[in-house]
Amino acid sequence: MENYLILNTLNYPILSLLLIVPVVGALVAMFLRGDTLLKIWGLAVTLVTALISLPLWTSFDQTTAKYQFVELRHWFPALNLDYVVGVDGISVLLVLLTTLVMPLCVLCSWTYIKTRWKEFLIVTLLMETAMIGVFVSLNTVLFWIFWEGMLVPMYLIIAIWGGARKDYASIKFFLYTFCGSIFLLVAIVSMYITTGTFFIPELMNADFGFSYQVWIFLACALGFAIKMPMFPFHTWLPAAHVEAPVAGSVILASILLKMGGYGFLRFCLPMAPAASLYFVPLLLVMSLISIIVGGYLALGQSDIKKLIAYSSVGHMGFVTLGIFLLNDAGIKGAMLQMINHGITTGALFILIGIIYERTHSREIADNSKLGMFMPIYVTFLGIFSLSSLAFPGTNSFVSEFLVLFGAFDKYPLVGAVSILGAILAAAYMLRLMQKMVWDDSDGHVPHGEHAEERKSTLFDCNIREFIQLAFLTIFVFWIGLHPTPLLDMMDSSVAHLLHQIDAGSLLPDAAHHGESHALLEGAGTWIKNLF
Amino acid sequence: MNTIITSKIIITMLIPMVTALLVMITGKRENLRDSISTIGAILTFASVLSFLPVIQAGDQLQYTLFELYPGISVKFNLDPLGVIFALVASFLWILASLYCVGYMRGLDEHAQTRFYVCYAVSVGAAMGAAFGGNLFTLYLFYEIVSIFTYPLVMHHQDEEGYWGAKKYIVYLMFTSKAFLLPAMIIIYVLCGTLDFNSASIAHGIFPADADRFVVGIAYLLCFFGFAKAGVMPLHNWLPDAMVAPTPVSALLHAVVVVKVGVFSICRVMLSIFGTDILNETGLGILTAYFVSFTILTASVIALTKTNLKARLAYSTVSQLSYIILGVAMLTPNSVTGGLIHIANHAFAKITLFFAAGCIFVASGKKDIAEMGGLGKRMPWTMVAFGLASLGMIGVPPVGGFVTKWYLALGTIDLHNWILLCVLLASSLLNAGYFVPVVLKAFFGKPLPADEGLTRSLEGRPLILFMVVPLFITGIISVLVGVYPTLFLDLINLMVKS
Repeated sequence: MENYLILNTLNYPILSLLLIVPVVGALVAMFLRGDTLLKIWGLAVTLVTALISLPLWTSFDQTTAKYQFVELRHWFPALNLDYVVGVDGISVLLVLLTTLVMPLCVLCSWTYIKTRWKEFLIVTLLMETAMIGVFVSLNTVLFWIFWEGMLVPMYLIIAIWGGARKDYASIKFFLYTFCGSIFLLVAIVSMYITTGTFFIPELMNADFGFSYQVWIFLACALGFAIKMPMFPFHTWLPAAHVEAPVAGSVILASILLKMGGYGFLRFCLPMAPAASLYFVPLLLVMSLISIIVGGYLALGQSDIKKLIAYSSVGHMGFVTLGIFLLNDAGIKGAMLQMINHGITTGALFILIGIIYERTHSREIADNSKLGMFMPIYVTFLGIFSLSSLAFPGTNSFVSEFLVLFGAFDKYPLVGAVSILGAILAAAYMLRLMQKMVWDDSDGHVPHGEHAEERKSTLFDCNIREFIQLAFLTIFVFWIGLHPTPLLDMMDSSVAHLLHQIDAGSLLPDAAHHGESHALLEGAGTWIKNLF
Repeated sequence: MNTIITSKIIITMLIPMVTALLVMITGKRENLRDSISTIGAILTFASVLSFLPVIQAGDQLQYTLFELYPGISVKFNLDPLGVIFALVASFLWILASLYCVGYMRGLDEHAQTRFYVCYAVSVGAAMGAAFGGNLFTLYLFYEIVSIFTYPLVMHHQDEEGYWGAKKYIVYLMFTSKAFLLPAMIIIYVLCGTLDFNSASIAHGIFPADADRFVVGIAYLLCFFGFAKAGVMPLHNWLPDAMVAPTPVSALLHAVVVVKVGVFSICRVMLSIFGTDILNETGLGILTAYFVSFTILTASVIALTKTNLKARLAYSTVSQLSYIILGVAMLTPNSVTGGLIHIANHAFAKITLFFAAGCIFVASGKKDIAEMGGLGKRMPWTMVAFGLASLGMIGVPPVGGFVTKWYLALGTIDLHNWILLCVLLASSLLNAGYFVPVVLKAFFGKPLPADEGLTRSLEGRPLILFMVVPLFITGIISVLVGVYPTLFLDLINLMVKS
């Protein structure tokens, strides 16, 4: 077991602390009174968690693909089940993203959430633990516990603090993701029965037969594809985004969607490499459809939140596209795209929250012509819109470029089709920006037609809002112009992953054909012929 | 040739950005704001000028600011081609910012601070494109120019402005995303780098065994990706962008924006593909024929336009293609003729636009038919207009003549009589649409409403802010014809290598 692990050398258990601090914070919050105190407490807890997580950045060893900062405690020896947490180049950035976004979630809810602050804070903090848990678990049971643990807090956030159709949205969210994860559970149990271990690195090295890999892959991939969300499993996302409160949308967009991509990289590719290769054409086609359908639907939305939600479908399509290119640039691009989407789309949802607090409408038409009244807001809107459409010099450009480079390098046709997504992104973001900043030319009278009346409601960003947005702006340009440190952190782990896929897919071709299911074979060749 | 690594060249891009910031801060105090804008322009020009001796000595300046990925970086490399464009653009910015004071205040325009901020950033980004040391940097600044000129085109915020701006951004963004981005990626896949080959215009950066078919696709994608160059059929945004205030049309849509497009195409042809590949694949001569169509068609359309700015816009479309034509013919003479036209066209066309704007502010006239007798009331303006028109037509000794001389030499080098005929025909067309304007102004009959008005329109102080710059540019458009050595020497440095 120690072959895969580097035990934590810091003099405190960093990953366990990340898991415990929010829970303790939630427990203490039960006994606090007064909204202001709760808000400050929530901010303090999330900030402390973020501070604790910083050594993951500074002390991370880039030269190895092994899991680092590992803590190992025996738990149920009878089941060969241990408490084991650790991070590698694939998960470390996602953990950091989570800890850095959570304080912003508290800040952006400051005045947005008006009722039941105590409950809100408790579920948000529990959510943080669950999300970090998913990224650091090196054990399928722990992973599963945290994975399902995210469902309830997120459901509550939408169902209690959501908008008009919150019941519909929260149930839909719950059912979709739950259905997906049932299959994941089946895969986990099945792999335990076959190999006798829950330990993820060992499962990666288990040589499953091809047809078994196919089933494992399908079971896991369904859960992850729903979470991503990939076309055609994406319909829960716009509903959930539209109804969720601003913090809920930020958590959903910035972190929850990344679980799917993370799952593909942690489960599907290394545990079922031969099946992954086999399904590459299917996944690439689904990614391309996600990219184009997401972008196309975003183009037609009049609700800002829906627009951003559909744009997420498109952006996450680039993530799966990059992952299933199975080359260095593609996977690095996909991972960077996950981080970038977290930053940019998180910021866009914060921006929507800010304007919703002022006009109480999410319609583009009600929020047009803001340029005159809210110059600071509009500047940030411009920066994050440009980042979202992958403007050169911003973070998304780097990741999109890497994915496209990976695509053109391997399958030029796939690259050419995905360019459509880039064009659509420019179209819907520029349309949004143009309408919100200047225009109301479609004849709709925006909220409070008269300048005087609008001036009284449309006050510009306050310091709290400014800090959130400025913080994320730093990352937009930092990653946009100097992504090397992030890419270096991924380097060893991605190389190792590619090596695993190569080694695992070396089953003789004949074996593939003999074992694989006839129906799958047919579909696979049909799609393969497309390229 | 030595390459000198120095971070000093970033200053040229920084000054306009800082200027924009200061303009934003001092927005409420008009005089201070406008002075800052002018001082920023002067400093930018001075910084470019300070690099000139090094470039003239045959050296190049280089600096890598950020490395994004191996072979992709924000990198600046100043070579003769870049310095020509930077010199022209930054010098004209000084005059344009003076002109802006007269125009914007003369018409009492709204949102002047936004205007000046976007103006400065656009020029700064054009400097970045001129200094760009690789395709990524060029693309980065090209896109910044698109975004920051968008509010300028939309400045009036009326239906026409929104429509023009929408068309503008759709054309520019669509082409750059749909063509330029894949072109860049294909080039990166083939070469593993996006850095320009700044040592020689012959070889480009492609490995010798690169698939010529793919190289050809990359070339076409690049060519159509830079829609700012206004090559037909992607020229349609330019006439509609003329709804912008005239200083924008003058500096941006005659010098900075469109020249960034043309400059980028030239840069890609010379420093990415290289004349060898273009010759070998026949893409050079194909391009030459292709832009010939634009040269002639745009001139014919210009003849039909009665609105002065619209006529100038189509003239711009036509003239820009001269630059590409020259480079595409790939002979030393033609390349010289093409590149020197970057400067010649800039000085002449900005004068014409300045004059159009000055006429509009002073007399409210936009249509050529209304301009009868205007020469007597606005003599300085119309004389400058006349000089610049001569430059456009290519009459010796005005700047445009040098261009056409070298271009004609190029066609003779190639023994290509078709292209020579294109040149001659287009000169006739140029004369056809410029001479009537000048004749009308000096010898035409004034409108009945203007009959008997003789008072000069150029006396008001604000109008002087416009007349002086436009007269200076008019004079310079002649001087670059009489004394073209500065630019010719710089181009020789490139062509010889």
